[in-house]
Amino acid sequence: MSTVVQARPESGARRRGRRARSYGGGVGPLGIGVATLWLSIIVLLPLAAVLAKSLEDGPAGLWDAITAPSARAALILTVAISAVVALINVVVGTLIAWVLVRDEFPGKGFVNALIDLPFALPTIVASIVLLSLYGPNSPVDIDLYATRPALVIALLFVTLPFVVRSVQPVLIEVDREAEQAAASLGAGNWTIFRRIVLPALVPALLGGAGLAFARAIGEFGSVVLIGGGIPRETEVASQYIAKQIEIDRPESAAAVSVALLIIAFVVLFALRLAASRTQRHERG
Amino acid sequence: MKSKSTVLALLAALVALVVVGCGGGSSDEAGGSDSGNDDASTKLSLVAYAVPKVGFDKIIPAFQATPEGRGVGFSQSYGASGDQSRKVEAGLETDVVNFSVEPDVTRLVDAGLVDTDWNANEHRGIPFGSVVTIVVRRGNPLGIRDWDDLLRDGVEVVTPNPFSSGSAKWNLLAPYADKSNGGRDPQAGLDYLQRLIGEHIRVQPRSGREATETFLQGTGDVLLSYENEAYFIEEQGEEVEHINPAVTFKIENPVAVVNRTKFPRETQAFVDYLYTPEAQRLWAEAGFRPVDTTVAADFTDKFPEPETLWTIEDLGGWGSVNDELFDEENGSVAQIYDEATS
Repeated sequence: MSTVVQARPESGARRRGRRARSYGGGVGPLGIGVATLWLSIIVLLPLAAVLAKSLEDGPAGLWDAITAPSARAALILTVAISAVVALINVVVGTLIAWVLVRDEFPGKGFVNALIDLPFALPTIVASIVLLSLYGPNSPVDIDLYATRPALVIALLFVTLPFVVRSVQPVLIEVDREAEQAAASLGAGNWTIFRRIVLPALVPALLGGAGLAFARAIGEFGSVVLIGGGIPRETEVASQYIAKQIEIDRPESAAAVSVALLIIAFVVLFALRLAASRTQRHERG
Repeated sequence: MKSKSTVLALLAALVALVVVGCGGGSSDEAGGSDSGNDDASTKLSLVAYAVPKVGFDKIIPAFQATPEGRGVGFSQSYGASGDQSRKVEAGLETDVVNFSVEPDVTRLVDAGLVDTDWNANEHRGIPFGSVVTIVVRRGNPLGIRDWDDLLRDGVEVVTPNPFSSGSAKWNLLAPYADKSNGGRDPQAGLDYLQRLIGEHIRVQPRSGREATETFLQGTGDVLLSYENEAYFIEEQGEEVEHINPAVTFKIENPVAVVNRTKFPRETQAFVDYLYTPEAQRLWAEAGFRPVDTTVAADFTDKFPEPETLWTIEDLGGWGSVNDELFDEENGSVAQIYDEATS
C-alpha cells in the first residue's frame, strides 16, 4: 500500500519534468552542433558513401544488382527469417521479461545478467558454438547445418536481449493498482494481461521487435558458419554482400546493402509510428 | 541543472574520445616508421593464397635457421587468391606474394608493384606446384574415378568461386582440358563445364580452404582441390581420400617480390631460398610437388605421374586462358558460372 502511494507522485513528477525539459531545457546551439556533427561523421557520411558506391553504375545498375536472382533470393530470405525471429522474440522476450520482473526465484540476478551476454560474445564464436552443437558432429544428434532453422536459432541467439531489455523497464513501472482493480472486478489473468498490461507494453514491444529485426537483417558472424551460405537456400544478404566483395563486385555489394538499409529504415520508421500512435491512443 | 550536467558529461566524454583517438593515431605512426628504419626488426609480410600455410609453416623456420634468414620475422596472411591479390593492389603493405594463379601476379605487374621480370628465373617464378585432384568420402562410396563420374545424377561437387579463388580456376581447367583435348575443341570442354556448374555445384565457397571446410562439414560428395590440400586433410585424420584422375592438370603457384618492399635483400633471399634443394624437400614433405627435378625424383611414390597431365601452356598460357575463359565480362566459363549462380 505504502509503495503504491509513494510511486504515484514520483511518476507524476517525472512526467512533468520530462515535459518541461522538452520545451525549455534544451542543450543549446553547442549541443545541437555536436550532435549534428557526430551523426554526420559517424552515420550519415558512411551511409552516403555506400549509396554513392551503389550508384556507380547508375540507377539501372543498382536495380539490376538488387534483382539478380541470387541477390533477390538472399534479400527475401533475410527479411522473412528476420521477421520470424522478431516475432518469436516478441513472445518469448515478453515472457522472459515477465518472469524477471514479476517472479522471485533463486539465481534471478544471475539470469538477469545472462540476458546481455549475447551482446558480449563475438558472433563468430556463437556460430562456431552453434555449429559444434547443432552441426554434423552434434553431440545431441541434431544436424541443422545449412538449414533455415539453423539461421533462425543463430539469429534468436544474438537478438535475445532486445525485446527483454525494452519490455523489462516498462513492466516494472506498470501500474499494479489497475491490475488489482481488474482482478477484484472479476477479470481473469488473460483478460488482465490483454486489456491492462499489454497496451502499456505495446510501444516497448514494437521498439524491441524493430531493433531485433534490424539487427537480424544485418547479422553476419553468427550465421556465416552454421548457415552454410548455400545460394538461394540459406545465403543471407550479409553473406551475399561479403561474397560480392570477395569476388570484386563492390557496386553489387553496395547495392544490396542499400536495399537492406532501406528495408531496415522503413520497418523501424513504421514501428516507431505505430508505437507513438498507440501511445497517443493510450493517453487520450 | 540536471540537463546542464548531462551536457557537460557528454562533452567530457567527447573530448576524452578525441584525445584517445589522436593519441592512438600518432603512436601508431611512430611505431610504423620506427620498425621501418630499424634493421634489427626486419619483418617480411607474406600475402598468400589460401592453402600453402602448411608449407610455409615448415619453410619459414628453416629459412630463419639459414645465415640469410637469421633475425627475419614474418607476418603471414592467407586467403582467396584473387581477393588477396586485389588487397595488395589496393595498398596492403606486402613484401612477398604467393598466389594460386599467375594472373593474380600479373595484376600486380600491371599495377607496377611487381617487376616485369619476376618470372625470369629458371623455374619461371614457380617454386612449387600440385595437380588437380578429386577428394571423396573415405571408401569412395560413389566409386568416383574420373571427370565423367562427376556428371552422374545426384553427385554434388564442391569447388570454390572462380571469381575469388585460384583453386577454382585450376579445378575447372582440369576437366576442361580433358574434354576439349587440350583446348583443341573448346566447345566440348565448355559443354562439360556447363553441366558440371549448372547441375552439380550448389555452394560457392570463397577459397580453396573454405571449400575444404565446407566439404568436411558434410556438404557434397566430391571436393575438387589441390593434391597438397588432399594430403593435408588426410594427414589431419579426416574421413576422406583422394583420387588423381588419369587425365588431370598441372598446378603452378607463383611467388614474387613486391618491388616497394622495405627489405629487398631479405625478401629476395627468402624467394631464392624457396628453390634450394632443402626447401624443395620441405615443400614435397608438406604435399606440394617440387620443381627441382632431383628432389622430385625422390618423391615419385608420393607424387605419381598422371597418364596425361595438361598444363596451362597447352591451353595457350594464362594470358589467353584468363581472357577467353575467366574474364568477368566476356569469359565463357565466367558466363556459365554467372548464369548458373547469379
